[in-house]
Amino acid sequence: MDIDLVQNILYASVRNGTPLLLVALGEMVCEKSGVLNLGQEGMMLIGAVIGFMVAVSTGSLGLGILAAICAGALSAALFGFLTLTLLTNQVATGLALTIFGTGLSAFMGTGYIGKTLVGLQPVNIPYLMDIPVIGKAVFAQDLLVYLSVVIFLLIIWLFSRSRYGLVIRAVGENPEAAHAVGLPVLKTRYLAVLFGGGMAGLAGAYLSIAYTPLWSEGMTSGKGWIALALVVFASWKAERIILGAYLFGFASILHLIMQGSGYDLSPNILSMLPYVATIAVLIIMSRKQTMTRWLAPKSLGESYRPQS
Amino acid sequence: MLRLEARRHDSTLMALVSPLIATALTLVAGSILFSLLGHSPGRALYTFFIAPLSDLYGWTELGVKVAPLMLCAAGLNMCYQAKVWNIGAEGQLVIGALAGGYVGLMFPDTQTHWMLVPVLGFGILGGMAWAGLAAWLKTRFNTNEILTTIMMNYIALYGLLYAVHGPLKDPNGYNFPESAQFSEFVTLPVLFPDYRINISILFGLFALAASWIVLNRTLPGFQMRVLGQDQSAAAFAGFNQNRIVWSVMLVSGGLAGLAGICEVAGSIGQLVPQISPGYGYTAIIVVFLGRMSPIGIFFASILLGITYLGGEMVQMNFNLPKSITGLFQGMLLFFLLASDILIHYRILPANRASRVHS
Amino acid sequence: MSIRSGEIHAILGENGAGKSTLMKIIYGVIKPDTGQIIWQNKELAIKGPAHARQLGIGMVFQHFSLFESLTVAENIALSLPEENFPSLSELSKKIIAISQQYGMELDPDRHIYSLSVGEQQRVEIVRCLLQNISLLILDEPTSVLTPVEVDNLFKILRLLASQGCSILFISHKLSEVQALCDNATILRAGKITGTCEPKNTTTENIARMMVADDSAISHSYPRAQGKAIVLQVERLNYQASAAFAIPLTDISFEVRAGEIFGIAGVAGNGQAELLKLLTGEFIDHSDAIIYKGKRLGCLPPSERRRQGIATVPEERLGRSAVPGMTLAENNLLTGYTKGLSNRGWLNWQTIRRHTDEILQSCKVKSSGSQAQARSLSGGNLQKFIIGREISQQPDLLICSHPTWGVDIGAANLIRDELIALRDAGKAILVISEDIDELYQMCDRLCAICHGHLSPVGNTDDISINLLGQWMTGEFNAIEAVTELADSHA
Repeated sequence: MDIDLVQNILYASVRNGTPLLLVALGEMVCEKSGVLNLGQEGMMLIGAVIGFMVAVSTGSLGLGILAAICAGALSAALFGFLTLTLLTNQVATGLALTIFGTGLSAFMGTGYIGKTLVGLQPVNIPYLMDIPVIGKAVFAQDLLVYLSVVIFLLIIWLFSRSRYGLVIRAVGENPEAAHAVGLPVLKTRYLAVLFGGGMAGLAGAYLSIAYTPLWSEGMTSGKGWIALALVVFASWKAERIILGAYLFGFASILHLIMQGSGYDLSPNILSMLPYVATIAVLIIMSRKQTMTRWLAPKSLGESYRPQS
Repeated sequence: MLRLEARRHDSTLMALVSPLIATALTLVAGSILFSLLGHSPGRALYTFFIAPLSDLYGWTELGVKVAPLMLCAAGLNMCYQAKVWNIGAEGQLVIGALAGGYVGLMFPDTQTHWMLVPVLGFGILGGMAWAGLAAWLKTRFNTNEILTTIMMNYIALYGLLYAVHGPLKDPNGYNFPESAQFSEFVTLPVLFPDYRINISILFGLFALAASWIVLNRTLPGFQMRVLGQDQSAAAFAGFNQNRIVWSVMLVSGGLAGLAGICEVAGSIGQLVPQISPGYGYTAIIVVFLGRMSPIGIFFASILLGITYLGGEMVQMNFNLPKSITGLFQGMLLFFLLASDILIHYRILPANRASRVHS
Repeated sequence: MSIRSGEIHAILGENGAGKSTLMKIIYGVIKPDTGQIIWQNKELAIKGPAHARQLGIGMVFQHFSLFESLTVAENIALSLPEENFPSLSELSKKIIAISQQYGMELDPDRHIYSLSVGEQQRVEIVRCLLQNISLLILDEPTSVLTPVEVDNLFKILRLLASQGCSILFISHKLSEVQALCDNATILRAGKITGTCEPKNTTTENIARMMVADDSAISHSYPRAQGKAIVLQVERLNYQASAAFAIPLTDISFEVRAGEIFGIAGVAGNGQAELLKLLTGEFIDHSDAIIYKGKRLGCLPPSERRRQGIATVPEERLGRSAVPGMTLAENNLLTGYTKGLSNRGWLNWQTIRRHTDEILQSCKVKSSGSQAQARSLSGGNLQKFIIGREISQQPDLLICSHPTWGVDIGAANLIRDELIALRDAGKAILVISEDIDELYQMCDRLCAICHGHLSPVGNTDDISINLLGQWMTGEFNAIEAVTELADSHA
């Protein structure tokens, strides 16, 4: 294998892994606060369609991305209102959000199928991008890829250094106790849910504005779900999420590489790979079951109703 | 401001009323949506919900849509009673169609209607196998069934694409990604000549009735419900959790597989890239809307069946996208979840003292 | 009620008298409907726990408000005001200083889950002390402690009081209140029924203020002599497989027909594991459990029930009963092994009739067999559960904390039922933290500590002190018993 190929594979893996990284980081923060939002897929789709529509009609990619973040957060707010204020079941509500998001995005995007857009262009960092092997993967990406890494670093800081990180963890572990020592349980959870929604919207916009630039129904093809598995796989640790996201990015371009190298395997079979890999990852994690249960936020998925 | 107060008893009245409230709210939201799009809400809602049922053809078409919903929902209901979150009915349906369809295509020359038995049988077995895989992953490795079944939905879909693009493609089909047409001997008998509705609706009704008996009149059904409500009580009572997970998954997989093979051996007549417009996912809404009771599911599947027909109607008459169906279904589920709060809580003004319980 | 500075004031009352609610109002966790709180001569409304801490009120909860996956220092940092969020290393130094000052060892870098219950309580106290409090509220602080830990706690509280800090001490244990407190306020059913100086008031007088009718205060039962061995446990060993489970080592005892055998111990010393091994929920690889002369091996729970082993676990809702199901369904929950299901088919009419019989015979107050389990009060639900198990005519009944959190009337009824079952010649095993209850009912006693079982003796031969030593793991105090037993013989 020549160096060029390796370089391109790394580049494409990072690009492909970035939407996963964004969603998974958002969901991780959300889950740390004790809320399980299975609506990632739906929020991504809503973000993708809104981002694309705004970008096409205004001609501004930035506005599109901003709109996508807002749309994601708005749909997360709906989820938050149902699960946190009205105390509905988080699993069912998350599923509802995905079903709703799939329907809404398909409905809104009908007129935009087939439209094109000049997508986000790479920002090449001179000299550094010429570093052999990794240069292109690290220093010749578009702005959103860089942004995702910045967010990743911020989250690392959040949970290792800041009081907010402690509060989120405390609320996620034991909301009753958190309330008793005077921490704002609902506010923390709402903010975490909104953050998760914004990140999912951003990830959607990455797909429709930077990665493919176009809109097609169900274009996230399960990435929201894979991200959910990724959070479990990373045992709620940001540094493992980034690794896992790029690994999955690699798995989902594998069929392109195989075709490129002349293996004659049906593309439909190869397309199964990321999903099979997700199941495999879940099996591997279950072997360390006691540990996973340990690391999972204790109150994950449970409604909390403050006494008053 | 309003506040919530927990009820001591779940309200049975609200459990019945909340699906109606949800439906009403969906209609309100729907009319707002239609007016925003510049259509008269009254006429649009009429076209969506009433017009499809204005003639016999409409009713029989409803039966075509309702049958797979009933089959999938009857099985999913058992899973959800036991809190086994099987989201994989869509994939199980596809694999059922694929397995049964394969058998049907392998023996094109068989001249007997008995051929339907192995075709349907393999459809059921295919769905069971696909669900069984998820059950195995859950009981053996304790993997989260939501994620595995979703992943298996995608895998099943690509499997179907592979089959119709590859081994099962009709050699005389002008290279379309479709299988050959099934012979009349592996096609389900229709109920009325000239209409598409076939005996699969009877399978659906039978499955619902059977599931009612199992859940309400047998010990295994009781065990499913206990496991769903309280895992630790189920362990205390000595119910075998793994066995319950296996049974509900196999039953729901089998029913979804049956729905799949009935689609291809019934109204479709061949294997195509898209077998189901999301019946497996819609069935989830059906179960929730139907209050997880077989009788409720019967009515809920009719309502959700109408949303499919209504989507097609507004597409024809108003030039709106068919995907409005998904939008309505999603809204319905949201409103239902929100209305369900009335079952467990009562809503009081914030300043009113709570009702004293004795 | 009022409390002076430097005073140790007890709030006494039965379970459900409203003690915790009152304290949570003072600490701002719950808002009162009416009434006023006057703090240091000023009337004010306490807006929340953070506000209460600002005023100088600290609280140690009955179920600790600690976060297990965080360290001691992180836990304490969370309760400090947001503005002066300290660096953790600075805070650690402060924690060490304070804990040494009061003679409580505490390592700020340890995670809460690795601490014993007593140590966790210290974290809560240190957390309060760091904020210059003038009122410390402790909700049932001794219920989870061993006698030695209780003594230590009392020393710390007296030291605090001598420095001018007021203490509100919530308890339902008269002896502790008499040992520690200057004044006491007694609550019953949400109302103050009296105040007294506990050191100068007789136990009977206080008890009379706590419970409504005199008759309910205490029952005594004659002891019985066990006959044939029903359950024998021979060197039972259990390696914990699940996280947090306590391993059991060389547990041996036997329970005889016609006796009540008691195992005392502070929660979390292996009782839960022992119970699950006996019921068959956990598999006993050492095959050490012999019931009616046969080894049980890995016989599943349903089979054990069929052979006459009934169990009443500690948690009522969410283990012995499904909260959202009706009493009839909850009757079926264990009754399916004893004729309530006909080859897997259910006849609800029969089940309801059978349930109504239980409700009547055990005087359960409910709206009938169709009432949801969670709509019953703790006492009534426990009466129903005990009645359900007894109605299955077990040969061995295993009860964990049978009267935990139950009002006195229901507790007496439950004890009467158990004694009646004993006198009918059945074997009963009671696992409990409540020493008074064990002394009242049991014919033979032992204690469990860190998964080890103490020697066994006749209840009347074991002093409370000795049992206390056994509960802390000092088993070599055995000689005293055998001598006593010899002298009896």
